[in-house]
Amino acid sequence: MSHSFDEISAQLKRRHRKSARLKWMSMASLGIALLFLVVFFADMLNKGLPAFQQAYVQVEVDYNEDAETMGRAALDPEIASLVSRSFERLIPGMIRDDADLLGTTETRWVLTNSQVDQYLKGHRNELSDDEKAAIDERVEDGQVDMKFNTTFFSQGDSKMAERAGIMAAAVGTIMTMLVTLAVSFPIGVMTAIYLEEFAPDNRFTQAIEININNLAAIPSILFGLLGLAVFINFFGVPRSSPLVGGLTLALMTLPVIIISTRAALRSVPDSIRQGAFAVGCSRWQVVRDHVLPLALPGIMTGSIIGLAQAMGETAPLIIVGMVAFIPDVSASFTEAATVLPAQVFTWAGEPERAFVEKTAGGILVLLAVLIFMNATAVMLRKKFERRW
Amino acid sequence: MNSQVAEREMTSMTSQRTGQPVTRNEQVGHDLSVRVRDLSLWYGEHQALHNVNIDIYQKNVTALIGPSGCGKSTFLRCLNRMNDLIRNVRIQGRVEMDGRDVNEPKMDEVALRRRVGMVFQKPNPFPKSIFENVAYAPRMHDLVSRKADQDELVERSLRDAGLWEEVKDKLHQPGTSLSGGQQQRLCIARAIAVQPDVILMDEPTSALDPISTATIEDLMDKLKKQFTIVTVTHNMQQAARVADYTAFFHLGEIIEYNDTKTMFSNPHTKKAEDYITGRFG
Repeated sequence: MSHSFDEISAQLKRRHRKSARLKWMSMASLGIALLFLVVFFADMLNKGLPAFQQAYVQVEVDYNEDAETMGRAALDPEIASLVSRSFERLIPGMIRDDADLLGTTETRWVLTNSQVDQYLKGHRNELSDDEKAAIDERVEDGQVDMKFNTTFFSQGDSKMAERAGIMAAAVGTIMTMLVTLAVSFPIGVMTAIYLEEFAPDNRFTQAIEININNLAAIPSILFGLLGLAVFINFFGVPRSSPLVGGLTLALMTLPVIIISTRAALRSVPDSIRQGAFAVGCSRWQVVRDHVLPLALPGIMTGSIIGLAQAMGETAPLIIVGMVAFIPDVSASFTEAATVLPAQVFTWAGEPERAFVEKTAGGILVLLAVLIFMNATAVMLRKKFERRW
Repeated sequence: MNSQVAEREMTSMTSQRTGQPVTRNEQVGHDLSVRVRDLSLWYGEHQALHNVNIDIYQKNVTALIGPSGCGKSTFLRCLNRMNDLIRNVRIQGRVEMDGRDVNEPKMDEVALRRRVGMVFQKPNPFPKSIFENVAYAPRMHDLVSRKADQDELVERSLRDAGLWEEVKDKLHQPGTSLSGGQQQRLCIARAIAVQPDVILMDEPTSALDPISTATIEDLMDKLKKQFTIVTVTHNMQQAARVADYTAFFHLGEIIEYNDTKTMFSNPHTKKAEDYITGRFG
């Protein structure tokens, strides 16, 4: 018996409804994910952007003899309570470095303390009403103002919120990542080349393969313990240094690089290898001249993603001592240093209100760097992608 | 060549060695290029070739025909040891070139592949420029040192492959930008650039349209003046058109090996006749 269009359509209605429901549900989940993202970014920007502004006050600095021992003496007592103690501490040194300064006066913009800064940003603070009135008056006169916070980008950490900066952590991150890259990229890529192109398929290599895959799923803090036991205790690498941090993160990044490199190598069609073998290439020539150039975009993308992952890692670095108070930019790979996420972690634990915006500001910087790295990965892939 | 003598020889050989493949006698006047004796091959437990015996003659086209899975491609890949790349392959018997077994431990497979080139079923030019596709292998084998020599070799190889006129103005475009038939001729140019003795072709036209196929067939006819060509084909007409000798494979055995004319007009075995006339396969 044949069916009319109407009969068939009636049956189909239920099916169509089902697919419409599925479509609606998947769109809803996408919407929820996007909503989370928007809320997260809005919150971070809202909290973090103020960190890029800082209150400055115009003061008369009197380089007198008392100031050579106690910086505070150079400032008008009324205003001294508004100025950051970090500036007061600088004055004796300035006089000592430049003898001509003694006996002169100078008008300059200096950092206020964080209480004033928080007051001006409308946050909770511990100022008295008199102090607030005095600040309001100076704001009217243009003697207190918000300026772009260069300190945040040029200084290391400080216990004084107004002087705490991200620079030491950024340099620490760069140095740590250099070590990680230098160690994990060549080892990871060569391992993957061996496993994919040279290794026989036997129990031993299968065991290695399974272990590498498992390694990628191990909680990162265990790598910290391994780093502590091997690099610090056994090899005596200086604790807290970018060297030990980089080595530890390299252990963590290795499986990611190996797995993504193998995937990239496997995606090179076998016909290319066959063609190369058929013209008399040795195995190494096949890999070097034909397989690697085609796999390179995938390898680079995987490595950058692996590095970005390592860059956001804090847990293993706690164990090797890189989550620490580091006020100075480290100059060598063996000096104590910290990294961006560790700095954020440190600030998040500070009780002072002014550190909340530092925390969010640090997260923004970290996010910016990560987005930059991922964008680079996408660009590299686009640029080197070749048809075959 | 005296085909009657040859035929008599073959008939006698069939009667003497029942069940053995018919192998053409060397009296035909063609020089031997590759001599295969009792070649068997296993993929793991599965035996893909059974005691294959064949003499392949220089500067002739030898076609391997037979139903799918009969071992003709496997056999072809024994000639330049491409089966080395497959795991779990075991080979027995001799494949001789210049009196040397290509499977002997002292034989370097790179040296072998320099003398035995290969063209694949699906065109697989390197994802490099047309020029680089041809120049790569000769440079790797140190056949050319000067830039001018290299240019000349590339031009000669592309001319011999009948591709020069079509690509001479775009040598630096990617080889993959060419059409399928052109890509296949580029692969032939790539193979002949190292001046091999033998060129193996594994169903070289099965991915091509009829016009490109005809071009490649003409090319094979020209190339056999310089090279020994062994080609696998599913297309019986093609074997009849281009081949001087034809070997019929079935279930990993050579059932009949004969000159093409005899094979297609008066096959000596029932199986070959059935296959050629389309009764099976």
